[in-house]
Amino acid sequence: MKKLMLVGVVLLVAALVSTPAVVMAADAEAAVSSANTFNRLLQKPAEKNLPPAEDGIHDAENDNTYVLQPPKIAFDSLVRSDFGNYVDWIKSLREQKISPRTERMGGGEEAMIMDLDIIREVRGSMPNVVFPHKGHTEWLQCSNCHPDIFIPQQGANRMNMAGILLGQKCGVCHGKVSFPIVTTTCRLCHSQAKPEGWAPGKSAASVDNPWQ
Amino acid sequence: MKIKGLVKSMRYALIGGVLALLLPFSASHAEYGDVVINNYADAAGMRPVVFPHWYHRIRFRCKVCHADLGFAFKAGGNDITMEKIIDGQFCGACHNGEIAWSIENCGMCHSGIPNTPTQIHGSTVQRLVAPSYKSMNAK
Ligand code: HEC
Ligand code: HEC
Ligand code: HEC
Ligand code: HEC
Ligand code: HEC
Ligand code: HEC
Repeated sequence: MKKLMLVGVVLLVAALVSTPAVVMAADAEAAVSSANTFNRLLQKPAEKNLPPAEDGIHDAENDNTYVLQPPKIAFDSLVRSDFGNYVDWIKSLREQKISPRTERMGGGEEAMIMDLDIIREVRGSMPNVVFPHKGHTEWLQCSNCHPDIFIPQQGANRMNMAGILLGQKCGVCHGKVSFPIVTTTCRLCHSQAKPEGWAPGKSAASVDNPWQ
Repeated sequence: MKIKGLVKSMRYALIGGVLALLLPFSASHAEYGDVVINNYADAAGMRPVVFPHWYHRIRFRCKVCHADLGFAFKAGGNDITMEKIIDGQFCGACHNGEIAWSIENCGMCHSGIPNTPTQIHGSTVQRLVAPSYKSMNAK
């Protein structure tokens, strides 16, 4: 009985505290047409690393969904980041927080790691792209990329950002399983500063402009 | 004229319907890289399959599945079926009671919300607020 009363009091206080704010917010929103909501398109991720039953893809009606591991529990001991799974997979591997098998049965040979950086000059103001073979061969095998995605010869492959965002070249993996392509990750690929004194080229339409 | 109008409004209704169908998916917050595979599952009365990349990459390098086991880099692009799985292909290369729990645990894989289309969840293309930009000199 005492417990029930306590709960009642707590609820009452909570209601009193929250009502004015709720009413004010409702008033302000009622005046603005729904066509002019502040964020028309932005969708912020709700919570990070939700458990399967709440993630909107797994069926909460399926008993087995509750046997699946909630990602937060697994990620607790890994190095975290601000995007994708919110895990820095490269660091987690290098610091041996995880030790993924190289062969299905385990054991076998160590991954064949190749330390070769490929620099790609980038049109416009963005820093040049450095492709590190090292971080990639820690996870992948040469045949995952060569020759289907990239001809193994520097400069032999044409790429541009629009195509990458559509899932070509680097976009076969990045933006899907490897780190996503968002503002906070641009500089992971675009990591080499342009040479000193570099300035972006002018568009012909701007050079020939008689009004300037 | 009237028929044209009817066709037009039906078209809008259809678009509306499709958008309404898409809405729940854009509102989902599953783990980045989760793959939903639903070429056949729904049609056969099974929930769609959800494959968690994060869980598997803690245990295996990409090359184990994408080079050694021959999974192509394409959600829904491997034409996986139960017959191939019990013959030791695809998921069946590991979910055999030796490397991982065996195939009779149907609901562990078939755990998706019914009618969810094949997709790689959280992909850049899925997250764009507008259709992908095509470069000026793209053909
Ligand atoms: C290279 C081996 C391998 C392949 C191929 C593989 N799995 Fe797994 N999977 C594992 C291992 C190992 C586990 C962990 C098993 C355990 O906990 O005993 C696992 C666990 C899982 C889990 C449970 C995750 C959790 O939260 O506990 C699911 C779901 C799953 N796999 C689905 C699939 C599906 C679907 C496929 C095929 C598209 C597949 N797996 C292919 C090795 C594999
Ligand atoms: C994640 C994809 C990926 C993997 C895995 C990969 N490469 Fe590459 N490789 C590239 C890219 C991208 C280039 C640059 C191509 C360009 O500039 O057009 C490249 C270029 C090369 C080149 C040409 C270098 C030059 O100076 O011309 C060689 C040789 C090469 N790779 C060998 C390998 C070997 C050997 C392996 C395995 C140990 C490997 N690659 C794994 C993506 C990859
Ligand atoms: C076949 C898949 C694949 C392709 C194609 C690919 N990557 Fe990656 N990349 C990975 C994986 C896996 C990692 C590990 C980190 C992760 O998963 O986020 C990675 C990591 C990286 C890193 C971080 C490395 C480090 O040491 O911190 C950079 C930078 C990068 N990729 C750039 C590129 C560029 C540029 C291209 C295209 C020229 C490219 N990648 C193409 C799979 C790929
Ligand atoms: C996975 C690696 C990767 C990431 C992440 C990435 N880029 Fe790029 N970007 C490239 C590559 C590769 C090229 C092509 C370089 C070349 O011409 O060879 C490129 C080219 C460009 C260009 C030059 C125009 C063009 O299409 O060639 C711009 C601008 C650009 N990127 C902007 C961005 C911005 C903005 C972001 C962050 C939202 C970003 N990039 C993230 C790899 C990446
Ligand atoms: C290790 C993961 C896994 C387990 C366990 C599993 N399946 Fe599947 N199943 C798949 C995948 C992947 C597909 C392909 C899905 C698609 O494309 O729609 C599939 C497809 C199916 C299909 C449709 C295609 C076909 O081959 O007929 C049926 C029916 C099916 N599963 C039934 C079952 C039943 C019943 C069980 C339990 C005895 C089971 N599955 C256990 C992964 C699994
Ligand atoms: C246990 C096996 C397994 C491992 C390990 C694994 N994958 Fe996958 N991958 C899959 C399966 C299964 C699919 C879906 C194939 C299908 O639907 O037919 C897939 C699909 C993909 C796709 C296709 C996405 C698209 O465009 O539709 C990419 C890219 C990918 N994986 C990258 C990676 C990278 C990078 C790694 C390592 C960090 C990795 N995978 C590790 C099993 C695996």
